[in-house]
Amino acid sequence: MSAQFLQFLLAGLTIGAIYALVALGFSIIYNASQVINFAQGEFVMIGGMTTVSLTAIGWPLPFAMVAAVLVATLVGFALEKFAVEPARGASVVTLIIITIGASILLRGLATLVWDKNFHPLKAFSGEAPLQIGGATLVPQSLWVMGITLVVVLLLTWFFGRTLLGKALLATSHNRLAAQLVGINVRHVLLASFGLSAALGAVAGILIAPITFTSWDVGVMLGLKGFAAAILGGLGSGPGAVLGGVALGVIEAMGAGYLSSAYKDVIAFVIILAVLFFLPSGLLGKRSTDRV
Amino acid sequence: MSLLRVERLGKEFGGVRAVADLDFAIPGGTVFSIIGPNGAGKTTLLNLLTGVYVPSTGRIVLEERDLTGRAPYEFAACGIARTFQNLQLFFNMSALDNVMVGRYLHEHCSLPAALLRLPSLARAERAARAECEELMRFVGLAPYVAASSDAMPYGALKRLEIARALATRPRLLLLDEPAAGLNPTETLEIDALISKLAKSGMTVVLVEHNMRLVMGVSDHILVLDYGRQLAEGTAETVRRDPKVIEAYLGTGAAGDTAAAPGAR
Amino acid sequence: MLAHLVPRRSRGLAALALTVLALPLVLLNNYYYEVAILVGLNAIVCVGLNLLIGYAGQISLGHAGFFGLGAYASAILTARYGWPPLTAMLAATAGVAALAWLIGRPILRLRGHYLAMATLGMGIIISIVIATEDRLTGGPDGMSVPPLTLFGFALAGERLWYWVVGGALLVAVWLALNLVDSPHGRALRALHGSEIGAEVAGIDSASHKLRVFVISAVYAAIAGSLAAHYAGFITPAKVTFFHSIELVTMVVFGGMASTFGAVVGAAVLTTLPQALTVFKEYEMVVFGAVMMLTMIFMPNGLVPTLAARFTSRRPAP
Repeated sequence: MSAQFLQFLLAGLTIGAIYALVALGFSIIYNASQVINFAQGEFVMIGGMTTVSLTAIGWPLPFAMVAAVLVATLVGFALEKFAVEPARGASVVTLIIITIGASILLRGLATLVWDKNFHPLKAFSGEAPLQIGGATLVPQSLWVMGITLVVVLLLTWFFGRTLLGKALLATSHNRLAAQLVGINVRHVLLASFGLSAALGAVAGILIAPITFTSWDVGVMLGLKGFAAAILGGLGSGPGAVLGGVALGVIEAMGAGYLSSAYKDVIAFVIILAVLFFLPSGLLGKRSTDRV
Repeated sequence: MSLLRVERLGKEFGGVRAVADLDFAIPGGTVFSIIGPNGAGKTTLLNLLTGVYVPSTGRIVLEERDLTGRAPYEFAACGIARTFQNLQLFFNMSALDNVMVGRYLHEHCSLPAALLRLPSLARAERAARAECEELMRFVGLAPYVAASSDAMPYGALKRLEIARALATRPRLLLLDEPAAGLNPTETLEIDALISKLAKSGMTVVLVEHNMRLVMGVSDHILVLDYGRQLAEGTAETVRRDPKVIEAYLGTGAAGDTAAAPGAR
Repeated sequence: MLAHLVPRRSRGLAALALTVLALPLVLLNNYYYEVAILVGLNAIVCVGLNLLIGYAGQISLGHAGFFGLGAYASAILTARYGWPPLTAMLAATAGVAALAWLIGRPILRLRGHYLAMATLGMGIIISIVIATEDRLTGGPDGMSVPPLTLFGFALAGERLWYWVVGGALLVAVWLALNLVDSPHGRALRALHGSEIGAEVAGIDSASHKLRVFVISAVYAAIAGSLAAHYAGFITPAKVTFFHSIELVTMVVFGGMASTFGAVVGAAVLTTLPQALTVFKEYEMVVFGAVMMLTMIFMPNGLVPTLAARFTSRRPAP
């Protein structure tokens, strides 16, 4: 395996892990509420920016990270309660505009709370690049991939073994039946938004040392995370992870071997291809409509 | 002379055979009913006969014209119209507009004529309006000619869908449970409408659970069970068929219990 | 009264024409004219987009792409190849129509979120290509555009362009109203109401969706060409995802399935940011809040909600 190929692969896996986390957020919310949360990327932004601010005023990194995730989770609850809940039953277009409006609102607030500049975050364990098989890797990339793996395992445990996780799954399969067995669907909705926000925030914190963070870092990440969720199959957890990693790797390969100027185009062309030829994504359910 | 012929028709959904090996012919100018228990494949069959589903096997032939695999609007253009069990009306439009949509096939309006609102279009629109109002009166919706579709009672909506289907000037009209959800009075009205349509020479295919309605109005009956053809024939033949009685009718619906051989 | 001289179906158009004629009375200086022209251009795009979103019930999050293609094609053909502006505009529009026709077929087989994502992807691809091919387009810095010439006479200046855009808007609205009132318009509304119901009634829904998609792309492209010639300059900022969202918001805010709603929506949401520059830093916060609140409390849009409030429910004529 050539060193260059390995280089691109590792870069792709790193950013792919971030896309996977964002895509998971989309899928969890979509499963619980049938809403595509276009403000998902702002959770990423909030995670990174809050951590930067808190470390800048002297908080130790671990405390800053936990606080940032908590802030994002609260924003997630607020989004569900004030934007999605009041618009229950609205059309797809309406809901899309509401969450996009929320995303604009959050970005506007970000410029007020912070500013419009780029901010770096200190890498978790230093900047000295590592050499792996001829390819160069910053240690932060290992943190990104490692923590994402841990998060995915935690989520698998959560959905498979905890009551709340199973309640989330049940609601996504059949809301009425879930209500009938005593699941509080309102709480499930709040929990899913909170969980997605937390995932987004974690992604934002992980990637901030590598790509820096700013008030509008969430826009592209959100769109690509959404694309990754569709690639893997909207609503499928494993699909979100697979889609995210696949998108990251394809993008890195494309940027490396074809054209880095058109890196973002590659991602969206892939998405269009998936939508045209395999709309339910790699792992999604293929369904037919009953008439 | 058969208007519509179905040959070895089958439809599979991911391994589940919704209907299989259906083989029958519908003569023109008759009332042909399809009955069977829930899940027998009646609506699937209707969907196949209108192009909503593409058959997995077999053919659908309308008067020597093979329609298999065509899109629903092509079935409509060839003269097959239908109503739905769960109404598929346009609640964002007025009642009259709903019917006028059915007339689209016969309107031949070019895009430039539409954009520029040429005088020929205005004249054509007036004629269309008049024809559709007449159709609404024909199905008994005279009081609703100026109404909005979302302000009409359920029974009227079922008839509105029939009016829309008639506006396509079909040769074959498929009605999917037209009496479902109607009270006895409304059911009698639908019964009368179906008879009126049959008398006017329309070929009607009826999917229904209401046995009194079916037995009263049908010339031929096809019985489906688990997606397969169980029996076919006149009302008399079918109601006495032991397989049909066992699968669907039960001794009560067979009329005189003494006349049903092998009845329990 | 005067109103009875105008046939019922033309009343809205007459009112709009009167507004266009009378508005200069309150336009105090060039800046106001500029805003009015901007409103007109956005309104043209929105009227076309409303046919797609409001009447046909589809969605596009990428229409800024068509706007941008119209603008840049006009710009490139006139600035770099010396084509006469009107010919260039015609060619640009034809090109966009062809592209919309080609890409519309596969895209419109999708529904809901998938359609949203596909149009979004399309719009972003267009915007990135425009921003990257800088030898042709001037890249992120944009390029200058020669003025529009009519019979050798160059159209320049706010006042002149006000009448050009006002006239174009009236034509755009008139065509849209005619389309909606025709069998084609009924077919569109039918496939919005129930696609399967429309299909079995004989409506080829795929071809109708494609047709309205192309028409809305043409509206956007023409507005783009006009915008490029008016400003004398074009940058990729007008081709972004954000601009696509602005357009959709204008349509939904003003009222779906309402041509005049689209005009009102464009008017309100174009002037709002101008008014908000007073609150410079709060502009995004307020805009986002407006989007959310309107959709939550007036999901049908401004014009239909007001119309329902002020008129009693009457059966359709």
